[in-house]
Amino acid sequence: MHSSLWLAALLAVPLVGALVALLSTKTEGRSYLAAVVTASVEMALSLVVALLYNNHLAKASTYDFYSRHVLAAPFGLAYDVGVDGISLLMVVLTSLVVLLALLGSRERRHEPAFVGWLLLLTTFTMGSFVSHDLLEFFIFFELTLIPSYFIIGQWGGAERARAALKFFIYTFGGSAFLFVGIMYLGFLHQHEAGGPLTFAYGALSTTTMTHGTAVWIFIAFAIAFGVKAPIWPLHTWSPLAYAEAPIAGTIELSAILAKLGTYGLLRFAVGLLPLALADVRPVVLTLGVIGILYGSALACVTPDLKRLVAYSSVAQMGFIVVGVMSGSTIATVGAVLLMFNHGVITIGFFLIIGFIEQRRGSILVRDFTGLQGPAPVMAALFTVVMLASIGLPGLSGFVSEYFILIGTFATHAWWSVVASTGVVGAALYLLWAYQRVFHGRAEGANAQLPDATTRERWVLVPVVVLIIVLGVFPQPVLDRVTPSVQELIQHIAPAGLNK
Amino acid sequence: MGHVATLIVLFPLLGFLLVLLNGRNMSERQIGAIGTGAVTASFVVSVICFFLLLHHSSREVTVHLFGWLNVGTLHVPAALLVDPLSITMSLFVTGISALIHLYSMAYMHGEKDYRKFFIYMNLFVFSMLVLVLANNLVFTFVGWEGVGLCSYWLISYYFDRDSAASAGQKAFIYNRIGDFGLLIAMFLLFSRTGTLTYLGIFARAGTLSPTIATLTVLALLLGATGKSAQIPLFNWLPDAMEGPTPVSALIHAATMVTAGVYLLVRMSPVLAMSSSGRMSIAVIGGVTAFVAATVATSQKDIKKVLAFSTVSQIGYMVLAVGVGAYSAAIFLMISHAFFKALLFLGSGSIIHALNGEQNMRLMGGLQKFLPLTFPTFLVGWLAISGIPPFAGFWSKGDVLTNVFEHNKLLWALGLLTAILTAYYMTRLFVLTFRGNERFGEVMNGHDPHESPWVMTTPLIILAILSAVGGVMDLPWLHHDSLAGFLEPTFGYVVAGHASTAAQFGLALVDTAAAVIGLLAAFSIWRSISSSSRYESSFLENVWHWDDFYDATIGRPLTRGAQFADDVIEPKVIDGAVSGVAVGLRRSGEGLRKVQSGFVRHYALATLLGVAVIVVYLVARVG
Amino acid sequence: MNVPAAWYLVLAAILFGIGAFGLLTRRSALIMLMCLELMLNAANLTFVTFSRTLSDISGQAIVFFVMVVAAAEVTVGLGIVVAIFRRRSSTSVDDLSELKG
Repeated sequence: MHSSLWLAALLAVPLVGALVALLSTKTEGRSYLAAVVTASVEMALSLVVALLYNNHLAKASTYDFYSRHVLAAPFGLAYDVGVDGISLLMVVLTSLVVLLALLGSRERRHEPAFVGWLLLLTTFTMGSFVSHDLLEFFIFFELTLIPSYFIIGQWGGAERARAALKFFIYTFGGSAFLFVGIMYLGFLHQHEAGGPLTFAYGALSTTTMTHGTAVWIFIAFAIAFGVKAPIWPLHTWSPLAYAEAPIAGTIELSAILAKLGTYGLLRFAVGLLPLALADVRPVVLTLGVIGILYGSALACVTPDLKRLVAYSSVAQMGFIVVGVMSGSTIATVGAVLLMFNHGVITIGFFLIIGFIEQRRGSILVRDFTGLQGPAPVMAALFTVVMLASIGLPGLSGFVSEYFILIGTFATHAWWSVVASTGVVGAALYLLWAYQRVFHGRAEGANAQLPDATTRERWVLVPVVVLIIVLGVFPQPVLDRVTPSVQELIQHIAPAGLNK
Repeated sequence: MGHVATLIVLFPLLGFLLVLLNGRNMSERQIGAIGTGAVTASFVVSVICFFLLLHHSSREVTVHLFGWLNVGTLHVPAALLVDPLSITMSLFVTGISALIHLYSMAYMHGEKDYRKFFIYMNLFVFSMLVLVLANNLVFTFVGWEGVGLCSYWLISYYFDRDSAASAGQKAFIYNRIGDFGLLIAMFLLFSRTGTLTYLGIFARAGTLSPTIATLTVLALLLGATGKSAQIPLFNWLPDAMEGPTPVSALIHAATMVTAGVYLLVRMSPVLAMSSSGRMSIAVIGGVTAFVAATVATSQKDIKKVLAFSTVSQIGYMVLAVGVGAYSAAIFLMISHAFFKALLFLGSGSIIHALNGEQNMRLMGGLQKFLPLTFPTFLVGWLAISGIPPFAGFWSKGDVLTNVFEHNKLLWALGLLTAILTAYYMTRLFVLTFRGNERFGEVMNGHDPHESPWVMTTPLIILAILSAVGGVMDLPWLHHDSLAGFLEPTFGYVVAGHASTAAQFGLALVDTAAAVIGLLAAFSIWRSISSSSRYESSFLENVWHWDDFYDATIGRPLTRGAQFADDVIEPKVIDGAVSGVAVGLRRSGEGLRKVQSGFVRHYALATLLGVAVIVVYLVARVG
Repeated sequence: MNVPAAWYLVLAAILFGIGAFGLLTRRSALIMLMCLELMLNAANLTFVTFSRTLSDISGQAIVFFVMVVAAAEVTVGLGIVVAIFRRRSSTSVDDLSELKG
């Protein structure tokens, strides 16, 4: 099998799965089965890709499974895919997210449209992460909006219409800037190099431009990716969307779609526009740090659990932004790792919150107390996820957070110091929420709350295993990510030293 | 040697995993036996390692377990460093832990989360051993956070009690603030020395600039104040008494809270680079010792007195570190572990006998009911008060002698604290064991009963250790003592050796201080009715320290966050976005008036437009 | 006899002015259309004038275009006027403001 076919399969499988799921409308539950099978195949495929990637490490270029076919030359449209260590993690995360999101929303097993949209979303997300061409990336990036819009708008909570609209407008508005930036960059390259219009990553990365141009394109990119991530202050759509979306939608939004933003920021904004870095770095770093503090503060006072995780995600995205912008290999590896770890951790959070919501129909913190009594297993699972999020050493969150902070300290010490206070913030809001929801004496409906069922425990097993394994033995992952990050840093480093 | 040392850490981990994964099918007795056995085995291995190290050619043995984190220039192995300091620590940690595990088997009998208790306890011992045995700061941090986590779990062990839940959370948050300091210290050291292993840092400590060295020491100090409950982060420890008493004895008296002191001692080559940093350490330690001792004089809860006493005693250790008397700090740490664990377990025995009552005003006259607890507690009391020849006299004397040579003002503060120590401990002793019996209401007429042998055996062992623990480091033994064993580790010792005459004189002064405090307390607390005026509400409320933090930090921060939620988020940030939408709609509404619908108006506008263009063109051409 | 070009231009300007004035002041849609014709023809006259003075045939060619467009425009315009008259028995444009914003 030609290596590039693996990626084609990754894109095609969910698409086919979505069709099968939609066509099997008549028999109830069968579409759900089809979807779960599809997601499992996708998971297996991405693991194969992750394992095979190792064999190619010796190659000079860290881009693997590469293939390019021009589809429409006049528009510069091409099918151009490949993975490196950075996108590899995102590919695995994408398939993990959809599998667990499906398993965690079994109550929607009679709705073929729902699982269909989920699988479609997977194709688009996967496409964005394996794209090695800006136009292709943009198309996939935009396409993800459609399934997410319908998932929030149709299956969300009471305010789902408003949430879906706000989500759509924010993201779409941001993407307009991205489109202009990509077009400008493409035409700039054509003007300079001649030849047909192309948006290939490798070609565009050689474009020469002035400082000013680079800064403007960077800003355009950063707005689009900043909305998606979300980076403070472009985050206000996220608490509403997270709270209103169905659990599977929230998981998709927070665990993987948000990573499109940070991934884009690293790959396209930082990777393609090193000239701009000297000027924009202090600003974006500051935004990241503000996001950490602001997200932590709001997570302390927000009344419901989903919003709490939403604001905590704003803080976590702040950490990622700091790492991505730091210009340090260690911190950037940390940021890439945190994209993955945060994805796993939020899956855990939202699955558990979803289980509680199914039982009680509420996610308001004040409706709960003392759940640890009737539901000790659920409490223990929540604790593991919470501790990983707090950054307890030995669990996955620590590794990434520590890399980001120690790496950034070497290049931008003060931002790192302020960001480090975030370790207190995370403990503050999570323990506080834990105390109010799980500690205390359970009475009434709380005392009757059933503990996690066997199925629910099994769904959370991968999350817990990943949290522990990536905390204790992250080296195999680091070995795959580090060369790619080093290559990226080497590409941007000389420009970074200009100023 | 390497594989043997690994076992020290491995046994508690195995115990933890065994009970965690299989504990549902085990009886209480099995769980307790596994938990206690694992820690005891670890103690035995520590002893073996100690003797191996004595006869080893090198006093620093690194045991590489596996490569944990390797990225770019950052290499963090999971590796152990066996040297005199770490082996001393692991000896007393495992020893005390084994005794307290044994005690807990009976004390926790019948608790519904018996299994959970031993899971946490074994995990705690594992973390503590990682903390002391790690060969680099990051791996130490694993243990550092691990013990903090177990402490959180064990404080909020009775999680359905709100006060316990809050206390656990408070402990964790305060520790996290300290962790911030430790993190910054690591970042500073890594950016300046390029390594995080202890031996690597020590080799390059000399290259640190004075500013960086001072910043690092202050950051380390912040970390130590969090974990070791020193000013400004000390007020979590008294609240931590919400946990079961064996927990208070093990974690919040003997082992975990001394981790901060251990860290400072461990980093002595870095401390050596900054005299102002050491001075800050000494001042923090001295002031904490004094403040906590004053507070201990007015507490009513027996465990709270012991808690503040712990804070105060750790203050002494920090003070000793600050003046460069590292081996004195470790000496006090070990002897304190003996007598404070003894006092806590003794108080646990008392509380056990009184059906869980902790208020000393409802005790008294227990002397004749607790025939084993009483004499052992007596030893603990005399030891902590500094009466010769008990362990506390020697270790505290060692600290004070070193402080005397360094700074007379701090020595005076330390001496004052010594008087207070003897005073509050005597008060505690008198209120519980002497005087009339005030527990009638609590006991419903029953008599208190002595605890079973599982609980009293550790008391007896600890009492013996508290009595004779001083032999570890008698002042006239220079080489074959604890100090002689430890000193090569520090590589640098500030404190000189006082003349024998001076040492003798200071010892007399210490004894006098102890006797003064003792007699004062005896005369005041002989009858309880007249003595309440010696308790101040200011002291009972810990100098209003919590209220102060609440007013200056807690409430403003909460209000700020609330303000962000109520105003900034919806009005300012979201407002900016919806402001664009509103602006567009407003301008549309304004412009719509222009569109009157009358052809004439449009024609006029067209004409005027044409006229303007013509005028413009004419003006440009002309 | 050679009439100077300026005269034609003045005449065109006067015709245009009359047309514009009429367009703005009259209420009847029919008369407004006639005024519009007047303005168009004033423009045509200008085109022809310049075509002759500059000896450039394209000016005259444009006039044909304008005439065709004017004819089409009047056809459509009259059609609309008739339709409106049928509905409201009036051709006054002051009664028509349905397209108000």
